[in-house]
Amino acid sequence: MACIEAHGLRKAYGSTVALDGVDLRVEEGRILGLIGPNGAGKTTALNAILGLTPYQGELKVLGLDPWAVREQLMRDVCFISDVAVLPRWIRVSQALEYLAGMHPRFDRSKAEGFLAKTTIKSSSRVKELSKGMVVQLHLALVMAIDARLLVLDEPTLGLDILFRKQFYDSLLNDYFDGSRTIVMTTHQVEEIQNVLTDLMFIDRGRIVLSCSMEEFERRYAEVMVSPDRLDVARALKPMHERQVFARSVFLFDGVDRKQLAGIGEVRTPSIADLFVAVVGNQSGAGGAR
Amino acid sequence: MSVQANIAAEVPAGEMRAAARAVPWTETFYWCVRRELWEHRAIYIGPVAAAGVYLFGFLLTLHRLPQQMRSALTDPAKMKVLGGSYEFAAVAVMLVAMIVEIFYCLEAMQGERKDRSILFWKSLPVSDLTTVLSKASIPFVILPAVAYAVLIATGVVMLVLSSVVLMANGLSAAPLWTQLSLAENAFGLLYHMVTVHILWYAPIYCWMLLISAWARRAAFVWAFLPPFCVGMLEKVVFNTTHFVTWLGYRVGGGMEADKAAGMMPSTHLTPWRFLGDPGLWLGWVAAAIFLALAVRVRRNREAN
Repeated sequence: MACIEAHGLRKAYGSTVALDGVDLRVEEGRILGLIGPNGAGKTTALNAILGLTPYQGELKVLGLDPWAVREQLMRDVCFISDVAVLPRWIRVSQALEYLAGMHPRFDRSKAEGFLAKTTIKSSSRVKELSKGMVVQLHLALVMAIDARLLVLDEPTLGLDILFRKQFYDSLLNDYFDGSRTIVMTTHQVEEIQNVLTDLMFIDRGRIVLSCSMEEFERRYAEVMVSPDRLDVARALKPMHERQVFARSVFLFDGVDRKQLAGIGEVRTPSIADLFVAVVGNQSGAGGAR
Repeated sequence: MSVQANIAAEVPAGEMRAAARAVPWTETFYWCVRRELWEHRAIYIGPVAAAGVYLFGFLLTLHRLPQQMRSALTDPAKMKVLGGSYEFAAVAVMLVAMIVEIFYCLEAMQGERKDRSILFWKSLPVSDLTTVLSKASIPFVILPAVAYAVLIATGVVMLVLSSVVLMANGLSAAPLWTQLSLAENAFGLLYHMVTVHILWYAPIYCWMLLISAWARRAAFVWAFLPPFCVGMLEKVVFNTTHFVTWLGYRVGGGMEADKAAGMMPSTHLTPWRFLGDPGLWLGWVAAAIFLALAVRVRRNREAN
């Protein structure tokens, strides 16, 4: 069964169209990165999936309509967002007690185990914790919930590099078991390239690219071309061309790697480079960004 | 690469999941109410602090008690004065509870949007209806119960302290216990709490809860300005004061309010006349509409 399935998902705020007919399908057990520029509709899409906002079109999450039965869906879905912060007044012990009392799938001892690895004291209030510790706490709470879908909206925004690394490490080592589904958005795409199994680009309310990471590695190739081979490279119809240290870097879609090896050094592009090529071109910025 | 390779070897979806614990609605509701008490400690600190301050003041006057009792023993009219301090204590606690109620209701659903924690609460399996009802239970059940318990406890402490002082001065404490009709007053207070503070004020609490769910800021202004404007318009346009009169009747506590604070013997209470007042029932209809709207608004409102 698909974890998330949407057909013609649309959402407008007044005259601003946030989601312009999105079709998507996320299978269970995948880790999907939803990448897009600010205002592309990422958060709106996640809000629709979480039942936080009404929408037009068809959307099923774990077989349920999120807007109609949010509270039922939330037994199997967890959510961490940069903006959905834990209440500042709550004590760590109160958060544990509350979730243990009301959440059908929360395992308190598990959460306490995760917290024991941090320096967070159970008597502390959230407002006394640093930004990094709040995210650690939220992650510990969420990882102790036996959910089927975890949604992360810019979860590591404002964290230093150590906390960010630790965040993804614990997510993969202590939480992800191959049956859960994770959907995440972030601007720090280079950090999640090795975490994802699937990739989706969203721009101006539309999905502009959707592929698995295997497909990504197979299809896209980046070649640093020496100046005397520029014509050959351009003849192969690159999707993007940019200059790095006075050398030309070409991005190809679906061109045979053996063929490319003849014109320069071939490697798998970063998600960021592909993003610039796909979204930058469409935005009419000509890939200059 | 790291993860993709591992996936195929993993267990098929769903197989490792333990069955979810069944959480009945009442349990969810209980934890929602506890949550409110954690966040809004004024709910119990307010009435207790009022009682504490009052008791402190009462302690300072205790040295005059033997003298007052001696004159009361010769003049029964002065016995009433002794009872007055108990009524005043009850009024003080109830007044503080009402202030806490107003601030609680106006803050209840605005605060969670201001600090954006509403998104955390909404990421949990609790419906907007359960949330709103748990918040409504504070002015309807929790605060009246807390206030009543505190004012009864205050009365008992005052009574015990007075008895000790009287006996230490070689006087009998018995008149305090027999002639002040404190038990009857306690019943009258309970009646007053239930009829006026809960049943009659219901639409006022629900109105404030609705405003707190709806207003982005300045809930206080939104709650009180519209009624004021309606009254002012009526006065200017029609030169009448029907709305203000009606509002005064509602805020004043209705027909049972004059029997306030247990001053009246219980034989004067008219519960059937009170229950027959259409204003009471219309108030409940309004309260239900305001609550239903509050649920709807909370469901639709995104964080500020």
